Amino acid sequence: MNFVDIWRKHDFREVARRIASKTPADVRRALNRNRGSVDVEDFAALLSPAAEPFLEEMAQAAHEYTVERFGRTMRLYAPLYLSNACANVCTYCGFSAHNRIRRKILNDAEILSDAGVLKAHGFGSILLVTGETGRVGREYLAHALRLLRPHFAGLCLEVQPLDEEDYASLAGDGASAVLVYQETYDPETYPRHHLSGPKADIEYRLGTPDRLGRAGVKKVGLGALSGLSDWRADAWFVGLHLRHVETAHWRMKTSVSFPRLRPHEGAEIPLTPFGERDLVHAACAFRLLSPEAELSLSTRESAQFRNHAFRLGFTSMSAGSRTNPGGYSSAPDSLEQFKIDDGRSPDEMAAFLRSQGYEPVWKDWDPAYDGFAGAARALAS
Amino acid sequence: MNTKPLVIAGVDFSSRLFLGTGKFSSGDAMARSLEASGTQLVTVALGRVRTDGRQDDILGHLDQKRYRLLPNTSGARSAKEAVLAAELSREALNTHWLKLEVHPDPKYLMPDPVETLLATEILVKKGFIVLAYVHADPVLCRRLEEAGAAAVMPLGAPIGSNLGLESRAFLEIIIAQSGVPVVVDAGLGAPSHAAAALEMGADAVLVNTAVAAAADPVAMARAFRLGVEAGRAAFEAGLAGARSGRDRSRAGATSPLTSFLGEAAS
Repeated sequence: MNFVDIWRKHDFREVARRIASKTPADVRRALNRNRGSVDVEDFAALLSPAAEPFLEEMAQAAHEYTVERFGRTMRLYAPLYLSNACANVCTYCGFSAHNRIRRKILNDAEILSDAGVLKAHGFGSILLVTGETGRVGREYLAHALRLLRPHFAGLCLEVQPLDEEDYASLAGDGASAVLVYQETYDPETYPRHHLSGPKADIEYRLGTPDRLGRAGVKKVGLGALSGLSDWRADAWFVGLHLRHVETAHWRMKTSVSFPRLRPHEGAEIPLTPFGERDLVHAACAFRLLSPEAELSLSTRESAQFRNHAFRLGFTSMSAGSRTNPGGYSSAPDSLEQFKIDDGRSPDEMAAFLRSQGYEPVWKDWDPAYDGFAGAARALAS
Repeated sequence: MNTKPLVIAGVDFSSRLFLGTGKFSSGDAMARSLEASGTQLVTVALGRVRTDGRQDDILGHLDQKRYRLLPNTSGARSAKEAVLAAELSREALNTHWLKLEVHPDPKYLMPDPVETLLATEILVKKGFIVLAYVHADPVLCRRLEEAGAAAVMPLGAPIGSNLGLESRAFLEIIIAQSGVPVVVDAGLGAPSHAAAALEMGADAVLVNTAVAAAADPVAMARAFRLGVEAGRAAFEAGLAGARSGRDRSRAGATSPLTSFLGEAAS
């Protein structure tokens, strides 16, 4: 079954009401589940207001599960924005097509220049990001992957949703993972924020992880943009999506991110509240739902917050991020997608993690598995 | 007892206890045991069924309006033999339900995972409702589900051993991730084993030796019925869960992990 069919069976408002009606007994039952046996109803209880008094207990459990599964390690990655051109009009995004700002699509020299900066920092895994337009479609991405393949062990994409055959082809070109955030699963709110462009098609976006699974891509990243609608209901739908992927595409790895709306060029929308306590609450609930999923903590958050929260279920962090194409070297002043908060360099981030007894992990895959030349040699060059 | 019905391939079962029909001292003892167990699904070894038109010791004592038959391919040593046996059983017993067993090893009767998967792929295409008997192998169970198996039947312990849930850790994984019913089959020696399987979330159990070889099979069949009902009711009630001292101490741990949230403006 495709996730779109599952999504249609659940009314967003009804889900929000169900979460709000959960009791402390429901939360206790969820906390008593054996590891890996938390179901989506338990997950609703864990996300509920009734779970708030249990947050410390959830955090202890999330920390314990994470250390047992992943050790005291933290994967570090950085985004590499290839383009800020975008055909979508979205109310909350700096790249929105109605922003009358010069657009940039990196050429080969610019891509290699920014990549060189990231490689020099030691990153073995990077996230390639673009806006959504045919100008940065499959051909452009395939070219960028082939260009970067010799330099990095892990190349993840955060780009427009594509067809299954595009994904199969890009996997062959070296894409190791694809992140596609649904932004919101609320069918009433979604069209109010995605006014035009391909992103206005909510169902095509919802079906992306299924297309990735069928195409044989190794990892999918899920998430909702908190601030657009009821965060608890959106988080629950991300959990439902995660569980669907774990079941229907069980060979695929998963990751979950927790983007919150940040100030940016052209922002003028009211936000629904989603504070730092809520972010911790959501992350701990996800760790209890899935002991295996990677959870990612972004540089959108403050250094002070990240210094404490990284222990609470997270397994990967971005560091030293620039959210504009060319931002690392060739075009430092181009249009950025959103402002980051934690401005520490990758080295500073790694040093902080070591001071906390955590090992920063720069590389956790080798493209030799995919039939590409071993990264060990390429990285040494 | 009012617990949720089990659904396999669109058919509801209010009893989660499946029984084998071999090893009983007589057809009459079997019939009375089945009745006491409350079962609605019984396995029949195709090898034991008389196909020559003569009175059959097993089928002759089975009220087929009351019990759905689940022919098994016991004795098949390969996918090819299992498929031939399945086609014969569909013709002889007029059902496309099948417990698929492939065990080339006559000593321990261990199921062959490779041949079982292959046979499932073939039989599903031929329209059979396949319940596949396998080791408690979580990846194999996923592959069988993908191949279209209606249920998986992982073993609790070697068949006939009465050892109980020796494969517990793997059964837990299978139960947690299965999209089709999980029937724990083989090795269950006591009603407490059956209860434990249902408490874990297994959808049903299949028992033969423990009932048929008991001193009083009818009384033991009733005891298994009670064990299965208790286990299922406990699962639906939501077990409070046994927690280690370390788990219980989480809330009172010496270094709180969330106290920083009080300081941060959020």
